[in-house]
Amino acid sequence: MADTTGNSSATRTRKGLLDTLEVDTRLLGMIGAFVVLCLIFNFVTDARFLTPRNVFNLSIQTVSVALMATGMVFIIVTRHIDLSVGSLLATCSAVMAMTQTAILPDILGGLNHPMTAPLALVVGLVVGTAIGAFNGWLVGYLTIPAFIVTLGGLLVWRNVAWYLTNGQTIGPLDENFQLLGGINGTLGETASWVVGGIAVIAALLALASARRSKRAHDFPVKPLWAELVLGLVIAAAILGFVAVLNAYDVPQNRLERMFEARGEVMPEGYTEGYGIPYSVLLLILVAIVMTVVARKTRLGRYIFATGGNPDAAELSGINTRLLTVKVFAIMGFLCALSAAVASARLTFHSNDIGTLDELRVIAAAVIGGTALAGGIGTIYGAILGALIMQSLQSGMAMVGVDAPFQNIVVGGVLVLAVLIDILYRKRTGAK
Amino acid sequence: MVDRSGTPLVELRDISIAFGGVKAVDHVSVDLFPGEVVGLLGHNGAGKSTLIKCLSGAYRQDTGDVYINGEKATINNPRDARRYNIETIYQTLALADNLDAASNLFLGREIVTPLGLVDESAMEAETRKVMGRLNPNFRKFNAPVSALSGGQRQSVAIARAVYFNARILIMDEPTAALGPAETQMVAEIIQELKKQGIGIFLIDHDVHSVKRLCDRAAVMKNGELVGVVDVDKVSTDDILAMIIAGKKPEHLAA
Ligand SMILES: Nc1ncnc2c1ncn2[C@@H]1O[C@H](COP(=O)(O)OP(=O)(O)OP(=O)(O)O)[C@@H](O)[C@H]1O
Ligand SMILES: [Mg+2]
Repeated sequence: MADTTGNSSATRTRKGLLDTLEVDTRLLGMIGAFVVLCLIFNFVTDARFLTPRNVFNLSIQTVSVALMATGMVFIIVTRHIDLSVGSLLATCSAVMAMTQTAILPDILGGLNHPMTAPLALVVGLVVGTAIGAFNGWLVGYLTIPAFIVTLGGLLVWRNVAWYLTNGQTIGPLDENFQLLGGINGTLGETASWVVGGIAVIAALLALASARRSKRAHDFPVKPLWAELVLGLVIAAAILGFVAVLNAYDVPQNRLERMFEARGEVMPEGYTEGYGIPYSVLLLILVAIVMTVVARKTRLGRYIFATGGNPDAAELSGINTRLLTVKVFAIMGFLCALSAAVASARLTFHSNDIGTLDELRVIAAAVIGGTALAGGIGTIYGAILGALIMQSLQSGMAMVGVDAPFQNIVVGGVLVLAVLIDILYRKRTGAK
Repeated sequence: MVDRSGTPLVELRDISIAFGGVKAVDHVSVDLFPGEVVGLLGHNGAGKSTLIKCLSGAYRQDTGDVYINGEKATINNPRDARRYNIETIYQTLALADNLDAASNLFLGREIVTPLGLVDESAMEAETRKVMGRLNPNFRKFNAPVSALSGGQRQSVAIARAVYFNARILIMDEPTAALGPAETQMVAEIIQELKKQGIGIFLIDHDVHSVKRLCDRAAVMKNGELVGVVDVDKVSTDDILAMIIAGKKPEHLAA
């Protein structure tokens, strides 16, 4: 063991630095893996992987699965599973598509009415939440295992969607509705910088207020420089992301058409970047809300407590049955939101929308560190998990890996990620 | 001496509960007065935990009633029990292993900010205060309770029960995992709570500590109540005889 002493003292000092920064080493590991993955793909594809265009596409492709993955964290944390999310997405998508193409035009008079998109969205969200709550009721109150309820749901809702649309592709969807899809709805450069600026300020304020509240109770705080480094890294990441999305220029012919539509002539040499897509903004909002719910609300407490020890939660006066209904209802709501984004991105509803999404969503949550045993998981982890999965998939497609190999690799990575997680937890002594 | 002339704080009347064919509790009646400590004794599987779980809302008795301050109480779940200011330290401790001490202490009763968000710092500060009294050596405030020793975990469970102004306290073997100093601390807390007029059910296998801490002892065997005795009027041998033989000693039977 003598040869390891030098080694371990080195890790100790490094640990010391990370400890002072109080960053989550697990998160750091995931970000590291993600960065390495991106760099490898970028190298293999002759720098095509990290172009603004591809980063833009990656982010809009990730949104749908990432939205649902945040909800799946709560489901898995409470020791349940939801295999029906892909099918539920299809049903919500079908409902929204039918509402905006078959029902609302008759009521509101004509296509592309300004109220069509919001109404369709509300209908979809209500349906999604209701179905989710129903699943939760079957699991919580009738005590049917979630695996069975949602395995049934996988078949039921996929085919309800089919029935609603007679198996047909429904489209094109309402123009305003398509804004949620990504490429058809972005903030533009200026607004993107504004949003980025606000995000930086909000992040710094959050850091400062956490520090102040610790101070107020005389708890130890990390040194000021550590706080500043952390703030700087966060600010750089946010603004860097905005800069990349702004660097992706809208194609010239499309710009010309936009100017024509406004009855103007495009000035010579005019360019405009896409900026942040609305769908990505939506994901960020959902991520913030879900994180606040998880960490700062009673509901979040109860979700994690129930996952850690259901009996203890019940004995502490928590209504764990109702909690199950709430958790599944949140999942249903997010499936509907995800359905809106996915169908808007395609510009139509297709019969196979969301197929196999349940596996991607569960994989994203698990790669993101959600423990199937319950009680452990983070929202940002799940989103990062979704991003890693999506990068793998598109990176391999870009390199030209055959479809079967793509899936083989993704499957292998899922298992490997869990193994690494188990080893990591063993080493750090966490459960 | 405890004044037992008024209405009892708690009256368990003729409680029975069976699991499948096993009569875990069989027509047991016990009462508890304000400021009194009643010890529950009996061999393993005698039905002590099951009996008090009917009071704490974890189980629903098959027959029999619970009276609190002379009025019939409906306790269908732990939430109902909390409404009657009944606090329980379970034999299994009932802690969420993945959460830290403060989160467990306030589980179900979190301190919230005016915005309705959980106030973690305030809860940690309160936890530091209670734990400071119960177990001054306790330091692991930011670790999940799975990282605590058995005794530390027990301290957290005790802190939770005594923090929220209970009127009725149920302690199911609260000192089983505690060291001598911590056990002494719990004994002192029991004395203090007694003075405040709180009624305590104390389940304990140690006849000596029951004799020291309790006013009366109720002995159970195979789900049935053997008898309730004034600890001052019996010897430890008498109590042991009741536990083992399952009947009241001759000189007490009357
Ligand atoms: N949930 C349950 N399901 C089935 N049987 C149970 C259950 N809980 C308790 N029992 C049975 O009821 C009887 C009484 O158990 P109880 O836990 O009340 O004993 P106890 O007096 O607390 O024992 P100990 O001193 O070991 O804690 C036992 O025979 C036990 O097997
Ligand atoms: Mg017991």
